[in-house]
Amino acid sequence: MPWVDAQVVAMHDETPTAKTLRLALPGPSTHRAGQHYVVRLTAPDGYQASRSYSVASAPDGGNEIELTIERLDNGEVSTFLHDGLDVGDEIEVRGPIGGWFVWDGDIPALLVGGGSGIVPLMAMLRLARATRRSELVRLILSVRSPVDLYYAQELPGPEAEVVYSRVAPPGATRPPGRLTPDDLEGAVKHDGTVYVCGSPPFADAASGLLVGLGVPTDRIRVERFGPSG
Amino acid sequence: MAKFTRGFAGRGKAARDARLPPGQYDIGRGWPVLTAEVTPNLDTSTWTFTVDGLVQRETTWTWDEMHGLPPSTFSGDIHCVTTWSKLGVKFAGVAVDTLLNAAELLPAATHVMARSHTGYTTNLPLADVTDGKAWVVWEYEGAPLAVQHGGPARLLVPHLYFWKSAKWVSGLRVMDHDEPGFWERNGYHDRGDPWLEQRYQGD
Repeated sequence: MPWVDAQVVAMHDETPTAKTLRLALPGPSTHRAGQHYVVRLTAPDGYQASRSYSVASAPDGGNEIELTIERLDNGEVSTFLHDGLDVGDEIEVRGPIGGWFVWDGDIPALLVGGGSGIVPLMAMLRLARATRRSELVRLILSVRSPVDLYYAQELPGPEAEVVYSRVAPPGATRPPGRLTPDDLEGAVKHDGTVYVCGSPPFADAASGLLVGLGVPTDRIRVERFGPSG
Repeated sequence: MAKFTRGFAGRGKAARDARLPPGQYDIGRGWPVLTAEVTPNLDTSTWTFTVDGLVQRETTWTWDEMHGLPPSTFSGDIHCVTTWSKLGVKFAGVAVDTLLNAAELLPAATHVMARSHTGYTTNLPLADVTDGKAWVVWEYEGAPLAVQHGGPARLLVPHLYFWKSAKWVSGLRVMDHDEPGFWERNGYHDRGDPWLEQRYQGD
């Protein structure tokens, strides 16, 4: 799998700490929803740093992919991608990678995300909507507050629900708080493969709730996000 | 060499510890948890470990029996394919050599498939788990191995990328051929040598 040069064609902020990069690859992206690319940066002295980022855009046969990057204060790569990169710059990428946490748009799927864990699940949701198979997916996303919601304009819908853990928006009927069995009870009736994505504590908590609600462990796929360091 | 990325200085080459394989960095005190499946809750009173396949005798140990075997420790470095490395860590358990010798390998043996209580699998050449290169460990830095890191016991093959060190290990099947395990079927390299940067299939 070769390293290729990807050109940054657009950038925009999702939240104060998360930015989406739109990258043009040399050829069509063959990624499946849920997969990731590795981004590699090289300093003039030859020093290299690489990190994996999930693709937020659905497969569409085109050359462009979107990666949503959370800026971590101690992050060597994320701080550069946020602060040092401009439209028109090129970065090296390799991929797509990952055959486990993928959804090909053809089976029922329950998506359970926490915070930045929404990224690969968004590719799945976008694929469902683009192929008019929204009835196949249900998404439950937990975020701290409305300002932390990625894809805020696009995400909410009949099949996608956001719950807030610290600050709920005005008029919200559900008071802010972490995910509870009640939040997931209705969703688990939507039979299918479950994709859990978020920080390790979120992934553990959400998996625990799902197992407690009777979801067999072999139907749960987990992707844990967070600093590779 | 890759051309450089405009504006990126990074942490610098001079700062790199020589113990780091290419493309890796020292994560210091952290130890990220990366797992594809739900963390299991395993009871040592019913825990077993089995060596089977191309051996003279299929052998199973209980937790207590495993602890009765001659102990062995590893002190050194571990490397994750996601690019973090932990330098100077210490694990304790039993050498895989001890387990394979008890079961007695048949001459045709060339590979093993490690399996976990969760259904996870990973394949390894026999040469990478013998001659003091691999362990089944249950202690990390003198304390019981935490469940999210593979406790009560995991496989440890520190000279290969850490996905080969199967968490919640339940056995080794000895084989006369190679076969891809879980991550190997999902895009990762069959062998996984960090010094050759064998991260993905085709590397």
